[in-house]
Order: sequence, then C-alpha cells, then structure tokens
Amino acid sequence: MATHHSRSAARMMMAPAVIVLLGWMLIPLTMTLYFSFKKYLPLRGGDLGWTGFDNYTRFISSSAFLPSVQATLIIVGGVLVITVVLGVLLALLLDQPMWGQGIVRVLVIAPFFVMPTVSGLVWKNMFMDPVNGLLAHLWKFFGATPVEWLSHASLQSIIMITSWQWLPFATLILLTAIQSLDREQLEAAEMDGAPPLKRFTYIILPHLSRAIAVVILIQTIFLLSIFAEIFVTTAGSFGTRTLTYLIYQRVLESQNVGLGSAGGVYAIILANIVAIFLMRIVGKSLDT
Amino acid sequence: MGRIVLDKVSKSFGTTEVIPPLDLTIEEGEFAVFVGPSGCGKSTLLRLIAGLEDVSGGVVKINGEDATAVPPAKRGLAMVFQSYALYPHMSVRKNIAFPLRMAKLDKSEIKQRVEDAASVLNLTDYLDRRPGQLSGGQRQRVAIGRAIVREPEAFLFDEPLSNLDAALRVGMRLEISELHKRLATTMIYVTHDQVEAMTMADKIVVLQAGVIEQVGSPLELYRSPRNKFVAGFIGSPKMNLLEGSEAARYNAHTIGIRPEHLTVSTDGNGWQGVVGVSEHLGSDTFLHVQCDDFEPTLTVRADGELDLDYGARVSITPDLNHLHLFDHDGQRIG
Repeated sequence: MATHHSRSAARMMMAPAVIVLLGWMLIPLTMTLYFSFKKYLPLRGGDLGWTGFDNYTRFISSSAFLPSVQATLIIVGGVLVITVVLGVLLALLLDQPMWGQGIVRVLVIAPFFVMPTVSGLVWKNMFMDPVNGLLAHLWKFFGATPVEWLSHASLQSIIMITSWQWLPFATLILLTAIQSLDREQLEAAEMDGAPPLKRFTYIILPHLSRAIAVVILIQTIFLLSIFAEIFVTTAGSFGTRTLTYLIYQRVLESQNVGLGSAGGVYAIILANIVAIFLMRIVGKSLDT
Repeated sequence: MGRIVLDKVSKSFGTTEVIPPLDLTIEEGEFAVFVGPSGCGKSTLLRLIAGLEDVSGGVVKINGEDATAVPPAKRGLAMVFQSYALYPHMSVRKNIAFPLRMAKLDKSEIKQRVEDAASVLNLTDYLDRRPGQLSGGQRQRVAIGRAIVREPEAFLFDEPLSNLDAALRVGMRLEISELHKRLATTMIYVTHDQVEAMTMADKIVVLQAGVIEQVGSPLELYRSPRNKFVAGFIGSPKMNLLEGSEAARYNAHTIGIRPEHLTVSTDGNGWQGVVGVSEHLGSDTFLHVQCDDFEPTLTVRADGELDLDYGARVSITPDLNHLHLFDHDGQRIG
C-alpha cells in the first residue's frame, strides 16, 4: 500500500535534509542580498546604513569589472576545451587493453585528489619557476630562454594548472562512457567499411555526447568559482583577476562588505546566464 | 558468387584451442546453418569467416581467393548481429545508408537503394524513426536492411532471432528464408535452436566443442545421424536413447528411437510402462512413459486426441525400421 501513511512518513524523513539544504542556500543568499544594499565597512565605522543600488552601480562601473568577467570566461572556456578534448583522447587510450592497466588508471586519477592550493603551489614553485622550475630547465636544455610563466603567460598558466586538476575527472567519466559502448556496434561499423577515424566520429563520439554534456555542466559549476589556484600563484595580478577573485578583494582587501556582496549578486547572475546557454547547447543531448 | 571454403582453419585463445583445424565448404547460394550447444565455437567460426577474429592457422577462401589477411570491410560479407548493433543516434534511413555512405556512393544512388531495401522489408513508414522507437522485429529488419543494401557476396547471421519472442521468431524465420530464395545469395546462419536449423537450412553443420560432428541436409541428419550427439541434438522432442540389455538385444551399446517412431496402445506386447506427464499440443500429444524394464523415461508422440490419464498402463512398440544403433564410442553402426 503506497498510501497516505507511507507518503507522509517519507515526507517527515526527508524534512531534515530539505531544511538543512534550504538553510545552507537561503541564509548566505539572503545575507548577500542584505549586505549588498548596505554601506558596510568593518574597519572604517562598520554598518553605515542603507545605500540603495549604490554598491551595484559602483561595482559594475569599476574599471576592474569587465576584465574580470572576461578573465573568468576565458579560464572556464579554456579549461573546458582542454579537458574535454584531452579527456576523450586519454579515455580512448586507457580503454585499450594494456599491461598494468589498474596502476595506470589510478595514476591518471591521482591529480584529482591533490588539493587546489597544493597543486597551485607545486606548479608555481616546481614547474613554472623561471630559475629553478622543471620547465625552465627543459627550455634551457634546448637552448631557449625560460618563460616567465606566471607573469608573461599568466592566464595560460592558470588554465594549465586547472586543466591538470580537472582532466582526471573528465577522463574518468568519459572512460566509463566508452566502456559502456556496445562492442558489436563497432564491429558492425567495421564490417560496414568504416575506417577507425570514421568509427570514432560516427559511433564513438555520438555515444559520448551525453557524457561530454555532463562533464561540461559539472565542470562549469566548479570552474566559475576557482579561487585557490589564483590566490597562491598570481594573487590576481597579470590579468588573472576573475570575478570571484575581484569579490574577494573588495570584501577582504578593501574591507567593503557591501560592494563585495553586490559583486556576489552579479556572480550569481553571470553563473545563471552561462548555465542557461550551456543547457541550451549541451542539454539537448541529455533529453533522449 | 559467394563460395566460402575453410581449409584447416583453427583458432586458439591463448593456450586454449577453441576450434581444432577443420575443413568446410559452403557452396554459392547455399543456406548453411551452424548449430550446436552454447560454447561450441559456432559464433567464433562465423567471426573467423567475417574477419572479426584472426585465424590461428589455415586459410579462408572467398570465391576462390585467399581472404585470410583481408580486413572485414573488404571481404564483401555483411553481418547481422545478435544485438542487431544498430547505431542508436541515427535514424533508420541513416542506419541502412551507413555502409553505402562509407563506400562513398553518390546521394541519389544511396537514396534509391535505401528505399528499395525499406520496401522489401516493410520499413518504409519507419525510415525517419530512431532504432529506440522500434519494436524488436522492426529492429531486426533494420539490421537485415543494413546488410542487404551492400549487395554482399554472403550474409552472416549471428543468432539473429534469439532476442525475439516465440511468435515473432516464427515470422522472422519465414521472412529470412523467403529473402534467401529471392536474393539467392549465400547465407551462413548461426543458432543454438535446432528447429531454426531444420526449417531454414540447405545444409546443417552440427558443431560440438569446435569440432564438426556432421554436415548434411536437414533430412539426412534426421534420417541417419552419424553419432549419438547429432542424434540427440537434431529432432524435437529429442530422440530416446537406451543403453543396457535392451540395446544388447540389437548388438549395440546404445539404441535410439525417435518419439514419432513409437506406437502406444493400451493392450499389446512391447515395452510395458506407466504414463507420466502428457503434453497436449492439439495436433500431437507427447507422452512421457516410465517403462518397467529400464530407467530412462520414453518420450512418445501419439495422436492429438488421445486421452490417457496420469498413471495409466500402456504398452509401447518401436518401429524397427527407424531404429538407430550406436557403438561404444557413440558412432552409428546401423
């Protein structure tokens, strides 16, 4: 009997989770909205009363705003392209039977377990340091002048670090998707006269479209808010100030909670715009 | 077109030999059925012919030419898979057109051939649907459509009907037989169902553990099975096999008698026994009779209207003209 009784019991049992989830979401959101309409300077007089939309106009008219949106989009886009393309290739490679498959797969997943702060510091000091970094040594070995990664190619460096971190995630999801492909379909295509490249474009890639959509959606959510990688490497200089980082600077470095909160609201709007576009583009493949 | 010769073909996976060297010739236009219990190597044999597996030894010849090293796409064979292996993201039209697109035929030619195939297979109304929106039988027809548009030298079927329900299976069986008559192309068909083998084949190849037990027309196999295995495998219900003193009377290790060659009566001499379960099919009744003198129950085909209760005493007389005798190794001796 799926009845009244069992339904209300189910509701009661779900209630704690729903309430906690609502609290987690609603309280920070309400506080952000509340502070965004206030002039609130913790070290310079605290709460100085309501200011209407003042914070919003100041945040958006600041010369740092548009470049920060641009930097955010470049980083998200760059990382998505790199992780999806390399992820598909790596997944194809890992799907091949080979010796030591288990160990290789664990190693491929490993970067995902490294904390963003740690991986940022490791990249900054061990790889990208223009004097002692491994990359500098490599460049010198071939007689080239070492690149000053974080100052001269700052956005690319951030994209590289973040891609390194997220590639395992993409690879893992795409690998499981490839493994679920019916081998008989590939054999049928082979009998039908499709060479390997055509089998990839006509059979494997369409089969992966759903997994790729999932990877893009999940990664976008997390990539819009990357912070640690920037904080420990460039600290927002050399054009790497993303919207998230700009908000952090407004709140903690300039000690202006109201202005930062207004930025937070813009970040929510930006995230939603991006999400709607993504849903339009990739969400179609989730339907069927 | 489409004569396939296997010359001492063998296949091993690692150290296990799945198919010991065997010879087989499939004549052009023939409908050959590979039949055997699961794991007997019949699908592997088909995949060796298709080129999806490499032979470990021997030569595969198609139309007299050595095709052993030729890749699957170049052998001119079309295969219908057990799971149909349709491309789920393509419409029926695109599925059927796929081999033609790969062969780089021009658009109008492709359109023509796809529509011809669709009308042959009653798929015209479904051309723009996806495989996911079709029933099992329709998917099966799409898979066949994808094979026939290529106009191959031979068709290979790998247990194509095993995913269909019983009624549909009978229908598709007829459709495939009819297709064979119309196209007159060589077909090789793998199944574990001896009914499919008997009804469709020109030539049946009975396999067990990778070894060909017997090759012949359905009636040859029915009339004179070469050994006990073939005798038990071909025919439905199965042949009754008796050992011991009954067999010794005919100087054989085992005697076999088909259910249809036994006569049942309520008074008479012959084997005395008790009726167990009786299966009424309408046209026939299959009686399972436990005899007094020996252990295995006998299956007897009787008239459809025959009404005998559970536990009734009967006597059974075999038709001695249809008695099969086998020696100690299971080989036929008469």
